[in-house]
Amino acid sequence: MNGEPQQIVVLSGKGGTGKTSVIAALVHLAAQEFPLAIADTDVDASNLDLVLRPQRLEEHIFKSGLLAHIDPETCISCGACYDACRFDAIIPGAEGEPYRVDEVSCEGCNACTYRCPVDAITSSEPEVGRWFVSDTPYGPLYHAHLFAGGDNSGKLVTLVKQQARLRALDDGRPLVLVDGPPGIGCPVISAASGATLALLVVEPTLSGVHDLERVLQLTAHFGVPALVLINKADLSMVRTQEIEKFCRERNVPVVGRIPYDTVVTEAMVQGIPITAYREGQVTQALREVWQKIVKKLKIKNEEMTND
Amino acid sequence: MQIAIASGKGGTGKTTVAVNLLLAVAGLEAAERPTDIVFLDCDVEEPNAAIFLKPTFTETEEVGLLLPEIDEDKCTYCGVCAEVCAFHAIAVLGQKVLVFPELCHGCGSCTYNCPTGAIHEVLRPTGHLEWGMVDVSGAAVRFGHGVLNVGEAMATPVIKKLKQKGLPRGQDALALLDAPPGNSCPVVETMRGADFVLLVTEPTPFGLHDLRVAIKVARDELQLPVGVVINRDGVGDEGVEQFCAESGVPILLRIPLDRRIAEAYADGITIVAAFPEYRKTFAGLYRQIREIVEVTA
Repeated sequence: MNGEPQQIVVLSGKGGTGKTSVIAALVHLAAQEFPLAIADTDVDASNLDLVLRPQRLEEHIFKSGLLAHIDPETCISCGACYDACRFDAIIPGAEGEPYRVDEVSCEGCNACTYRCPVDAITSSEPEVGRWFVSDTPYGPLYHAHLFAGGDNSGKLVTLVKQQARLRALDDGRPLVLVDGPPGIGCPVISAASGATLALLVVEPTLSGVHDLERVLQLTAHFGVPALVLINKADLSMVRTQEIEKFCRERNVPVVGRIPYDTVVTEAMVQGIPITAYREGQVTQALREVWQKIVKKLKIKNEEMTND
Repeated sequence: MQIAIASGKGGTGKTTVAVNLLLAVAGLEAAERPTDIVFLDCDVEEPNAAIFLKPTFTETEEVGLLLPEIDEDKCTYCGVCAEVCAFHAIAVLGQKVLVFPELCHGCGSCTYNCPTGAIHEVLRPTGHLEWGMVDVSGAAVRFGHGVLNVGEAMATPVIKKLKQKGLPRGQDALALLDAPPGNSCPVVETMRGADFVLLVTEPTPFGLHDLRVAIKVARDELQLPVGVVINRDGVGDEGVEQFCAESGVPILLRIPLDRRIAEAYADGITIVAAFPEYRKTFAGLYRQIREIVEVTA
């Protein structure tokens, strides 16, 4: 029987700190030690597949929530739906014309449906995204794409992560690496919940420090142990030391400093994880980080064999 | 005029562009300067513009969602409230009504449908708004941002309240809205009603991937005029340039990759403060946008 796989979620709070480049490197390094599954939960800006070069095996429709529809034939333009809606999702018709639903604003709460005196409003479950199963040289990748302006990204995140976890459980893969979305809201909460560890990629800027505080509060709130990785550390050594001090005071381990180097962007342009692209100071630093993370995981030795 | 500054991908320099654009506009000659200038930081999950603009806050207010509260004396435990809730935020178990605040969207369907009038609504705070002023070269700029409480999932209602309270009404007013990253509901909420969406990207495959989606949201779905700022120009490849040329999206400004700009940013120093020659550059960006908006309108 296979045990529950460990889950590492990579978060950043602030966007653009290099989260996806870091996780691509960790995926490459981890895959050399044991089999893993990968989940990209940044569903409205999913970029991991640009570096992992997946071969898409499955595509699934993701439906979620409800969307109201007003039948123009039945509508008597009384405005009851407009009064009921708290999300500004009803567009009044001009002078006796039927009312319409603004599909982007509609929350799918049905408040309008209940209020309509002539039953002109129905609601249905819309398709708001797609999710995929792909094969990569490093293990199976579960990823998704939320349609532009789509709702319920948290639910899609949960689904993608759950599918990756079940696959790991089935195949006896001891680790799931999760690329998380930026921010601290709905999708981030979904991505972080149930994780063994959260790796927070932070940059040494005032904004980075500010966002780190918020994301650390979040991981603490949900009881997920956090590790911090300082990316582009030499951009401001003052700020880097500030982050290290801040983390020390809160007993949050800092697992490494990655230097600022445009070779990281080069690797991204080439679509290759930096650790597979070139040896050098960045790759060396990431290898050391990975060794520290492995020590925090409870993966048994017999599982540390190649796929 | 309302300008939303968005990006799709995080960390491309949205806040940097928004803040420098503001400082440049506020520094214009009085004749050219809008009479009322407002900056709204709509990235309520990680609001950062205040770090650079250092506003003096004078007012704070709690915002949130209306949550049902059950009056047990009037409740007959009929279960209608649970049935009508599209979000499964209410359960009726025997002689008990359970409300799950995190699931509630505050739509009011339970209140409306309760046959005995046993439900009233109370505000459940999910964040707060802060209001203040930024003093830029003599011109007073109103500043507002929303802060989502840690552990809360729904950013959109906080953004909505921020815009309701903060958007200027005057003809000759300018509002700059700094959007959150991504392309889902909070971003759409920020862009809605804007006269122009400025998309900040970096010339890399990641930047391009997310820019495509952002253009789809802003131009194709919301039908707003868009323009692009390429930040860290020279760092990656030609993909963004090619895409913009092919899809007819104007590139309004290129900010070169410059380690000094990154270092100034790290310390919370704006580009126009560190390199005053950029004042003209960002004023030029504003004039280009103004022209596009005037032509469109």
